[in-house]
Amino acid sequence: MARVNPIDGEFFKSERTSGFNVIGTTVPRSDALGHVTGRTEFFEDRTFPDLAHVKIHRSAYHHARIDSVDISEASKVPGVLRVITYKDVPANWYTVLRLIGIEPNDEPVLAEDRVLYAGEPIVAVVADSEAAAIEGAARVKVGYTALPAVFDVEEAMSPDAPVIKQAGTNFFVYEGHHARRIRFGDVEEGFAQADRIFEWRYSSAPIEHAPTETTGCVVVPQADGRLIIHTNTQAAFFTLDNTALILDRPFTDLRVKGGTVGGGFGGKVDVMVEPLACIAAALTNRPVKFVYTREEEMQVSSPRAAERIYIKDGVLDDGRIVARKIMLYVDAGAYSRHSPYGTTKAAAHLPGPYTIPNVYADCHCVYTNRTPSSAMRGFGVTIADFAIESQMDRIARALDIDPLRFRLINAYRDGDMKAHRKVASGTALIEVIQRAAALVGHDLPEEYLALSSSTPGEARS
Amino acid sequence: MTVKIVNLKVNGVDKALMAKPETTLLLALREHLGLMGAKRGCAQGACGSCTVLLDGDPVVSCLVPAVAVDGAEVGTVEGLADGRTLSDVQRAFVDGFATQCGFCTPGMIMSAEALLERNPDPTDDEINEAISGNVCRCTGYEPIVSAIRDAAATRRASAEARV
Repeated sequence: MARVNPIDGEFFKSERTSGFNVIGTTVPRSDALGHVTGRTEFFEDRTFPDLAHVKIHRSAYHHARIDSVDISEASKVPGVLRVITYKDVPANWYTVLRLIGIEPNDEPVLAEDRVLYAGEPIVAVVADSEAAAIEGAARVKVGYTALPAVFDVEEAMSPDAPVIKQAGTNFFVYEGHHARRIRFGDVEEGFAQADRIFEWRYSSAPIEHAPTETTGCVVVPQADGRLIIHTNTQAAFFTLDNTALILDRPFTDLRVKGGTVGGGFGGKVDVMVEPLACIAAALTNRPVKFVYTREEEMQVSSPRAAERIYIKDGVLDDGRIVARKIMLYVDAGAYSRHSPYGTTKAAAHLPGPYTIPNVYADCHCVYTNRTPSSAMRGFGVTIADFAIESQMDRIARALDIDPLRFRLINAYRDGDMKAHRKVASGTALIEVIQRAAALVGHDLPEEYLALSSSTPGEARS
Repeated sequence: MTVKIVNLKVNGVDKALMAKPETTLLLALREHLGLMGAKRGCAQGACGSCTVLLDGDPVVSCLVPAVAVDGAEVGTVEGLADGRTLSDVQRAFVDGFATQCGFCTPGMIMSAEALLERNPDPTDDEINEAISGNVCRCTGYEPIVSAIRDAAATRRASAEARV
């Protein structure tokens, strides 16, 4: 049976350590019985005798102007009920973040006059059978004029790069700036004080969530025209709001039934399938299933963004970091989705859980002609942490300091002002390092064991 | 397109269905017989979410044409529990927290049931090999392997008690 550790009252003296109903006990999962008996109901675990299927004709180009779209052959495929183009989409904008104030809208539900990534949806085909929908989608003919594409974040930022976005810049504009910026202290003065300067570059590739259950939904029109959306979304209310906006119908016309997700990890928050399935269901008055194939899940569902991060640190011989400058590039791919928000998260996370008096950061949300990236487990923070903690280890090695002590020297503490002007509280980094060191038998000197998150660092300020 | 009648014994019960050449065993179970336990994760035999037992052997049902298995015995996750009494493998998955999202669970359990039928005392390597065709993306394999080990021990103990 699982071991459960109680709350550590030695470190967290103000926390209650007993009298809990759940903490310290083993509670069976409420959904486990359904899982092991096959009775848990996923969105696809319902059939309808007249179920229709949606398949998509996707862009063959990374960046192109669309000159023509010919759906005549697709419409003639036996079993094809309807061929849907952007003209059938009442408000042809995904609005994933408009509801929390992030604009401009930049991604059409179905492409109109241009495509910005290979795999971008252009036409949706609704058919009696999956096979007919696949055949219909294959017979759509699109005429393109290829345009120059850009695949690298730093190339996209250079002045001579082709501008791929209609807003006029290959980057998201944060309150008039080219990046989400952090300015704290005077980083150049910090570098001037430093005994040593360390600068390295870190980069990551896009990462696909690869849930075992691919993204999908079944939409069932009701007699009164309302739509029931059975979906595996991780974000039922995003789905409700965005779908209603795209359909240009009141929220009360839609009923979202979800909550059972066959693996998500952030990959099912983008509301990519429900709007088209609703349009297809409304146009055909049939229940409609739109579910990604495994290939679509791997190729066109949003991955975690690729990132490139440069970190330059000024360090004193005693191990104190006195300046940290970070140039961070998030590859949003062709469209915003959640990346402008993820990039802001990255900025708020800098310079990591350390108190550094001089911090300078430019966090760029950059558009390229790659698959749009979006949410995934701690996005904005995870790759930045990989870079920051790699940097910490490399500096510790270069200075010949124990990497745990190097972190303890610089660890943030309760009451410290963070670079983005929030006061740190509930930090506990020092205690976590001390306890982790003890568990693995890593000896720390007495003065490091005496450190505490709740007392100010005497060596600093 | 020739439609054929396919007879199957599913979880001990005789069933008949009309199958086209392209109707997979997975589709036959899910859409013709309403047994939704086996899942479609990839439809290309790569993820194991659709694993069922065909005459006792684990198969990825998304790659098996239904017309090719006329007359076969098929075992699915729905046939394991006896009323409210779970099989030893099911019980061990619940007790050992070997499920999270639950999507790979039915296939994983069928692979485990097949393993323990032919090998009552598997090593961890043998367990790993038996579930090597079943992809899990959230639970993690350790609690799953540990649950299968626990189920094997329970099954051996009850077999001994019966002797």
